[in-house]
Amino acid sequence: MTLAQLRSVRVDYRRGPALGPIDLGLAAEEVVALVGPSGCGKSTAMRLLAGLEKPTVGTVERAAGKGETSLVFQAPTLAPWLSALENVALPLLLAGEARDTALERARDCLEQVGLGRAVNARPAQLSGGMAMRASLARALASRPRLLLLDEPFAALDEITRRSLADDVLRLWAETRPAILFVTHNVEEAVYMAARVVIMTQGPGRIAGDVATPGPLPRPEGFRTSAAFRETVEDVSRILADTMKAAA
Amino acid sequence: MNRLAAFLAPLTLVTAILLGWELACRWMSVPVYLLPSPSAIAASIAVDWSPLAAAAWTTLSMALTALVIASVCACLLALLGGLNPLIEQAVQPIAVTVQVTPVVAIAPLVMIWTGLDHPGRAITILATIVAFFPIYSGAAAGLRAADPDLERLFDLYGASRWQKLIRLRLPSAVPFMVEGHKVATALAVIGAVVAEFVAGSGGAQGLAWRIIESANRLQTARVFAALVVLAAMATLLYALVTVAERRILGWWSGR
Repeated sequence: MTLAQLRSVRVDYRRGPALGPIDLGLAAEEVVALVGPSGCGKSTAMRLLAGLEKPTVGTVERAAGKGETSLVFQAPTLAPWLSALENVALPLLLAGEARDTALERARDCLEQVGLGRAVNARPAQLSGGMAMRASLARALASRPRLLLLDEPFAALDEITRRSLADDVLRLWAETRPAILFVTHNVEEAVYMAARVVIMTQGPGRIAGDVATPGPLPRPEGFRTSAAFRETVEDVSRILADTMKAAA
Repeated sequence: MNRLAAFLAPLTLVTAILLGWELACRWMSVPVYLLPSPSAIAASIAVDWSPLAAAAWTTLSMALTALVIASVCACLLALLGGLNPLIEQAVQPIAVTVQVTPVVAIAPLVMIWTGLDHPGRAITILATIVAFFPIYSGAAAGLRAADPDLERLFDLYGASRWQKLIRLRLPSAVPFMVEGHKVATALAVIGAVVAEFVAGSGGAQGLAWRIIESANRLQTARVFAALVVLAAMATLLYALVTVAERRILGWWSGR
C-alpha cells in the first residue's frame, strides 16, 4: 500500500523552479533515503509529503493523515521553555490527549531513545545528540505511520551519527512506520534505507533509484561488507554523474 | 583585569571627581547658588530627607502605575494582533505615530482632558504613553519570532490558532517581552519626570517638581539633592529589573 505519493509534481518559488517534475512514492513500512546535492529540493519534497506545502503542478496523494505523519528536522527544534518530557508530549497534548496519558507515553518514548534519565532536563542541558534523540522521541510519540527525517544527523559528530542511525532502525523495527530519510551523506543513505533515491541538482529530478542489499536493521559489520561498499560506489557514481551533467 | 580592579576603577574615578569638585568649590569660593559643593548637597539631602523621600515616592508610584497600565494594554493589544494579523496592521501606524510624537507636545492636551486639578493623572497617562511602545513592539515582534520549524510541527500536529498562540508564540515571545519591559521601566521614570516638568504645578509634588521649585528660588543644593535621589532611584529600579530579567530568562531557557 502506498502511504504518500508525489505524481508529476513540480514546485516553483518566486526565484524560479525549485523541484521536479518528480514522481516519488513511499509504501507502508518502507524505508527510503533521498540523497542529492544541496538546494536540489529534498526538503521541499519532504514538506510536500508532509502536507505542509502545495505543489505548483501535479498531485500529492496521502493515505497517512496529518496526525499520522511526523517530522524531524536538521536541528532538534525543541521548545527551550519546556522539559524534554513536555516537548515529547506536545504532539499528543495538541491532539487533545489527556495530560497524564500524554506524559506517560512521552516517558516511554524517551526511554526508548535512551533518555529515560533526562526526562526533566531542558533542551539547553542536553548535548546535541541527546537533543536529537528527544526530537526523535517526539516524532515517535504520536505513533506515526509516516516518519519524515530531514537531515536529522547533519549537525552531529560521526560516532553519534552512527549510534543514532542504529537507534532509528531499531525503533523502526518495532512499529514499522514508513520512513523517508533525507541526507547528503551517501554512506548514511545506503546504511539507513532499503532503497536510495538520488536527485539531480536543483530543480531536482530523480536521477536514480538503487535498492540496497541485506536486511534492516543492519547486522553487525555491515559497514565493512563488500555489498555495502559496492552500493555506496554505485550511488556515488550516479550522484557524481548528475553533478557533472549540471556543470 | 581582576575583579577587584574592575570594582575599584569606577569607585576611584567618582571619588576623584567629587574630591576635585569639593576642593575647587572651596578654593575658588564658587557661590552656592551657582555650584554647591558635594558636601553642601549631602547636607541638603540629610536635612530634606523626608520630603525628598515623599517626592521620590510620588514620582516612583506614578511611573510604576504607568508601567503596569502600559504593560497590560500593550500585551493585550499585541495578543489580539497575534490572533488576528489585520488588527496588528491596523494598530501599527497609530502606535508608531504616538511613539515618535514627543510626549512633551501631547502633555498640554492631556492636562486639559484630565483637568488641571489632577496633574497626577495626567503625568501617569503621559508616562503610560511613553512606556507603552517598547512593550507593545517587543511583544508583537516576539509573537512573530517563533522558530519556523516549530510552527511547521504545530501545523503538522493540527494545532488550532489558539493552541499555537498559547503553547508556541506566547512562550517564544517571553525574551522579547522581558526586554520590552526593561526598556519601558527606564522610559516610564523618564516619562513621569518629563510630564512633571510640563505639568509644573504643585499638584503632584514629585522629584521634578522639587527640582523646578528649588531652581526657581536659586536653591541649587536642593536641585542637586533631588537630582541625586532621582538618579539613585532610577539606578536601583534598573538593577531590580536586570535581576528580574536574569531570573526570568534563566527560567525560560532552563540554564
